[in-house]
Amino acid sequence: MATVAKAHSEDLPDHPHGWRRYLYSTNHKDIGTMYLVFALFGGLVGGVLSIGMRLELMHPGLQFFHDSHMFNVFTTAHGLIMIFFMVMPAMIGGFGNWMIPLMIGAPDMAFPRMNNISFWLLPASFTLLVISLFVEGEPGAPGVAAGWTIYAPLSTTGHPGPAVDFAILSLHLAGASSILGAINFITTIFNMRAPGMTMHKMPLFVWSQLVTVFLILLAMPVLAGAITMLLTDRNFGTTFFTPGGGGDPLLFQHLFWFFGHPEVYILIVPGFGMISQIVATFAKKPVFGYLGMAYAMVAIGGIGFVVWAHHMYTVGMSTAAQAYFVVATMVIAVPTGVKIFSWIATMWGGSLEFKTPLLWAIGFIFLFTVGGVTGVVLANAGVDRSLQDTYYVVAHFHYVLSLGAVFTIFAGWYYWFPKMSGYMYSETIGKLHFWLTFIGVNIVFFPQHFLGLAGMPRRVADYPDAFAGWNLVSSLGSYLSGLGALVFFFGVAQAFMRKEKAADNPWGAGATTLEWTLPSPPPFHQYNELPLIK
Amino acid sequence: MLVLKRLTLVAITLVAILMGGEAALAGLGQPSPWQIGLQQSASPVMDNIIWFHDFLLYIITGIAGFVLVLLVVVMVRFNARTNPIPSRTTHNTLIEIAWTLIPIVILMFIAVPSFKLLFLQLNVPPADLTVKATGKQWYWSYSYPDNGQFEFDSLMLKEGERKEGQPRLLAVDNEMVVPVNKTVRVITTGSDVIHSFAVPSFGIKIDAVPGRINETWFTATREGVYYGQCSELCGKDHAFMPIAVRAVSEQAFSAWVEEAKKKYARDEAPSATTVAAAQSTPR
Repeated sequence: MATVAKAHSEDLPDHPHGWRRYLYSTNHKDIGTMYLVFALFGGLVGGVLSIGMRLELMHPGLQFFHDSHMFNVFTTAHGLIMIFFMVMPAMIGGFGNWMIPLMIGAPDMAFPRMNNISFWLLPASFTLLVISLFVEGEPGAPGVAAGWTIYAPLSTTGHPGPAVDFAILSLHLAGASSILGAINFITTIFNMRAPGMTMHKMPLFVWSQLVTVFLILLAMPVLAGAITMLLTDRNFGTTFFTPGGGGDPLLFQHLFWFFGHPEVYILIVPGFGMISQIVATFAKKPVFGYLGMAYAMVAIGGIGFVVWAHHMYTVGMSTAAQAYFVVATMVIAVPTGVKIFSWIATMWGGSLEFKTPLLWAIGFIFLFTVGGVTGVVLANAGVDRSLQDTYYVVAHFHYVLSLGAVFTIFAGWYYWFPKMSGYMYSETIGKLHFWLTFIGVNIVFFPQHFLGLAGMPRRVADYPDAFAGWNLVSSLGSYLSGLGALVFFFGVAQAFMRKEKAADNPWGAGATTLEWTLPSPPPFHQYNELPLIK
Repeated sequence: MLVLKRLTLVAITLVAILMGGEAALAGLGQPSPWQIGLQQSASPVMDNIIWFHDFLLYIITGIAGFVLVLLVVVMVRFNARTNPIPSRTTHNTLIEIAWTLIPIVILMFIAVPSFKLLFLQLNVPPADLTVKATGKQWYWSYSYPDNGQFEFDSLMLKEGERKEGQPRLLAVDNEMVVPVNKTVRVITTGSDVIHSFAVPSFGIKIDAVPGRINETWFTATREGVYYGQCSELCGKDHAFMPIAVRAVSEQAFSAWVEEAKKKYARDEAPSATTVAAAQSTPR
């Protein structure tokens, strides 16, 4: 997409060209494009790390890794990269930046220069994370191997080298980047809607972004506080998380998950919005229960802040606390169910056209349901006692994130690719990509439920021989998904080489949001006259 | 509709196979190859966990199957070929209330047995003996405060140290020994970083946190060796600090205690490493 809007920018003599156009960019579409390219890069790195882990786990014994430390450096980096440098940049920075102004009829974001710094903090943050891989973490070994959760004291006394400090600073920058982005999005959505577009007329994708950025605004500072305390514990002799000085390791877990649980909704809620747009477009039917859909997202976001300790059922919490978190967590199933059933009701009576985005959307609805119901199992502290920290949890959160969030990203990608680039993608390649990925990821993650039930702990590089069978199956599935990713990149390259012109609205009557009224790709500056919404 | 019935039938058969196969495949005290369910139970708590998990499995399979069936129906009946003119329906108050209330009712059905199980796990009954397990990088230390204050380390057996039949990565040099059919209280703490004490067949998992004492309990209903693994990432050799509990008859246990007192007698002053600032968790 780097080349696509070029033609338009050439007409504007006052606008920087070449590398300046991107480095100094204040244009929401250029910044969105940079976010998407960055997310593709992050996804590639994170994906390679995951294939590395599956290669190791394919057979019992240590094959590729010298010891478990390096393996856990991989798990840690995979988690952090996929969350902060793939899903968030793609969904919020990428699609959010591109589509929010287009959908609400605004010329650009409210704070274009802040938008620029939001993006450019990310490469700096990523660089710090990469540096952390090469400096000492655990004694005598490079990299952070404390998991993306960086629990104290493993991340303090357990990692005497500076690797954790680099990771903390990396998270600080990534957090600052997303907080700035959140402020920008909130201001834009509240103040820059076209005349006539009331809150209750906003497209659901915009609603989903609004909920998400509020979660970011409220959750990220908590992470920043927690990791700052970690930093001072490590370097300046404080003892927030050290029992010897009156601190408590569990304080870190409470702070971390007070951020961490809203964070997982930050990763999925924008996807909810995309699925709503896509399902309505290809069913040629307005979204069923619009208000219910919007407020279900608000409810999910709100409840997401009061369920954090369901990640901590085995730390020794009181009975009353565990009982509360069981109930609060299960309540989330209700608004989530409303969304699932409303998507199905949107399609019910519709006239479905099985274009690639819809395939990803339907795949998402089913797989997210599977991940959702195992979430209900895990919500129950009694049975979570057996499943906590096993592969069942790994299977669960990959069903909702890897098969949930990532499926929505691909759905959104194919949906908006013609609009953003001006070129049509190949349906054949898109569908091949879908089926390879759908089959592949299910082979990866479904057997992991069995491994978890049988008791296999997560974050181990080697396992008792009885777990060999399903691990082999899981690894084979990951190679198939890897092949799917290659097909995806081939498809992108092919679309840019084929240069098949996309219509302003390639999806027909079902696509009713404002971005489809603009040319594909949209002009460098859109809405010189604001559209009027009736 | 015939398609629907057949699909349901296939789904039910699959679930039946999965659940039937579970008992056959599940290991006792350790996992078995191609196992797809929980390990076999050797304690009253685990009996309840297995029952509750199976109960949940029926419900969630039903829900996921229901959503799948709806999606298939939608794709078959409402595609561009079979239904070229889309409807404009966007509201149906009754159905929206239904899909809000019915899940709430289902969740309440889940909550009742869930709480019963939770209270069974967390209300520790009067114990016949207490074992203290201390997680260290990367092994466990066990002490028996009721049976003579001895303490010993339990390390994973490496290649060449295992006897015939001992499982790789699970077998240890000194097992934690308990009498069968007695209520054992386990208290845990961590001496360096957080570890987690877990024995799947007993249905227990409790973190060993530096500066804290946690407790849980189990009653082994069958003699045998029960294996578990550290269940909280604790550094380089997290994968290599298994837990092995041997449940023996009461006589054998008494004999073991006498032997252990001599074998693990302290020849030096007690070390101060165990708990820095011991404080019990409120419960």
